[in-house]
Amino acid sequence: MALIKNHELTPDPYTRITGEAELPDQGGVLVDLQRWQDDWQALGRRGSPVGVWLTSDQHPEIIADDLDRIDLVALEFPSFRDGRAYSYARLLRDRYGFSGELRAVGDVLPDQLLYMHRVGFDAFEVAGEDPLRDYQTALQEFAVFYQPAADARATALRLRHARS
Amino acid sequence: MYRYDEFDHQLVAERVAQFRHQVKRRLDGQLTEDQFKPLRLMNGLYLQLHAYMLRVNVPYGVLSAHQLRKLAHIARRYDRDYGHFTTRQNIQYNWISLEDTADILAELAEVEMNAMQSSGNCVRNITADPLAGRARDEIEDPRPWCELIRQYSILNPEFSYLPRKFKIAVTGAPKDRAAVAVHDIGLRMHHDADGKPGFEVIVGGGQGRTPVIGKTIRDWIEPEEILSYIEAILRVYNLYGRRDNMYKARIKILVNALGLDAFRELVETEYEAMRGQALAVPAAEQERIAAYFQPPAWEAGPDLDAELDTLRATDKDFARWLDANVSAHKAPGYAIVTLSLKATGQEPGDLSADRMDAVADLADRYSLGELRVTHRQNLVFTDVKQSQLQALHGELKALQLATPNIGLLTDMIACPGLDYCALANARSIPVAQDISRHFAAADKLLEIGELSINISGCMNACGHHHVANIGILGVNKKGKEFFQITLGGAADESAALGDRLGPGLPQNELPGAIETLVDKYLELRTSDSETFLETYRRVGMQPFKTAVYGDDTARRVA
Repeated sequence: MALIKNHELTPDPYTRITGEAELPDQGGVLVDLQRWQDDWQALGRRGSPVGVWLTSDQHPEIIADDLDRIDLVALEFPSFRDGRAYSYARLLRDRYGFSGELRAVGDVLPDQLLYMHRVGFDAFEVAGEDPLRDYQTALQEFAVFYQPAADARATALRLRHARS
Repeated sequence: MYRYDEFDHQLVAERVAQFRHQVKRRLDGQLTEDQFKPLRLMNGLYLQLHAYMLRVNVPYGVLSAHQLRKLAHIARRYDRDYGHFTTRQNIQYNWISLEDTADILAELAEVEMNAMQSSGNCVRNITADPLAGRARDEIEDPRPWCELIRQYSILNPEFSYLPRKFKIAVTGAPKDRAAVAVHDIGLRMHHDADGKPGFEVIVGGGQGRTPVIGKTIRDWIEPEEILSYIEAILRVYNLYGRRDNMYKARIKILVNALGLDAFRELVETEYEAMRGQALAVPAAEQERIAAYFQPPAWEAGPDLDAELDTLRATDKDFARWLDANVSAHKAPGYAIVTLSLKATGQEPGDLSADRMDAVADLADRYSLGELRVTHRQNLVFTDVKQSQLQALHGELKALQLATPNIGLLTDMIACPGLDYCALANARSIPVAQDISRHFAAADKLLEIGELSINISGCMNACGHHHVANIGILGVNKKGKEFFQITLGGAADESAALGDRLGPGLPQNELPGAIETLVDKYLELRTSDSETFLETYRRVGMQPFKTAVYGDDTARRVA
């Protein structure tokens, strides 16, 4: 599994902590929602970045008030068919104003990367022989976009009317 | 009609290139069938019983003669010389090979057509009143709004992996020819007191295993807010629709589970948060799109009622066709003509490549080059001069496209059924053909009057049997095909689901049973103008049930 962030392969600075496993002495940690809710004060005192991993039935509204203390939200795609996290991402970016790292995890396939990027993900855990090439291919497949989303891409509508 | 500009062309070209790459990866084994399936579905490609089927979008049913020629070419070059027009105003090819699909899509792009999202768990082709922009009873042209919604929904990054498919239909006329009440979202245009247009939003309708008549979630939304409101509904559905059981994943199940009020509250909260923002449609964009749908240059002239009546008196065939297949046009002196794809014994909705070409030529000569596909699987010429009706009738008759049965008993909807479909339990096309042959007499059909018969080969209801005046559902019991009849369904502004008549019948008894039902109706109706549906609503099920089964229904156990 490789991590692509801000368009490049990057080592993962976060250690994934499942359940109540012990925290490392230092460095970023990525914890479950339950762990965040139980230990958010202790996690904050460590002075290292904190990420929260949400499964696809955990609506990010649950952590909407905590977002200024969270550096990374990982949204899980249990199967590529489960599209809830696309809406969660939109809400996190547009509604709750989250500006930290938004990471797609789970069944993340090349053919979904552009959609994920458009709804606000900026980091992706991807498999494959050459994940960076897959990612670059996926993001370059389209240059025309009909609808506004959580990205900065100009819509066809805007370009049409800017032209005239 | 809408024409692609450089942005639309580029997007479709990018989509074709992407799909070509996906097909290659599938053929190389880089993609599993499981991973490839949603990708091919969102490009209109299904795997059927015998071959791949490609479904091509006809956006809200609007088609040019030029495009129809391309469809004929595709039928000839890549399929078996015919295509099948569907209940969602699209066209399907039943014998496609995977290796050809990207080339076909590239050819379609040349005539500004595509197959994007004609399948898959996403927003499907937007459907509309097939007479939009032409019908005399219309209050607003829905096509500009359909085009806006089409663009909004195509490659929508948030809503391409919905719990299940999502269908939107729009009408701008009081007479509902788009079946808006049985769509995931149905939009009905109204005028306010000042004559300004707006939308009534109906949600959660659908057919399939759990048929539901949609409910009005909002009486009124300003046109410029329609995309925001649709997005609010889609987001609530995407977040809360069931994903554990594909048969309970449509929005109608969610609306019913939450109750309309609770569902509305979620949607309204979502809508309030985005009202007037990025999705509000600027006036300039409304004008840009509307400009494509300006009426053509009709030649002013009076209605020719007297002249047509004279012709009626001498040409009985023409008279029947005028009664059944010709409807009132907005512009005096013009008429709307429906071409029946339901000639006696024909497979409903099928059209050969040669006849597609012939129809395209007639559309150029008689209808300013424009056609429509109807959800009842027929074609429409939008702009025919009344002075040319008789000539056109002669031409259509020669092509066997002038059967005078539009809206009548033999204008049946039938799904592909067991002859093509992997899901079907029973055949539906042969059933339609049987009934069609049984009721071939044109005068009898006109005497019976308005009556819809729809046939589905399984409970998924692609043949719309729930909303037919007489619905026929194929079931398989112990290896034998039986057909259950329902009565009283309607897909129009009085939308209703049919009620079950009684135990299923074998195929050979169906035409006789339908004749019995029709005779009972003719006996019971209070006047020639009382339709089958009106009689049924007045007298109820019992007289029909007794007519078909006798007093003792128990003796038939099927």
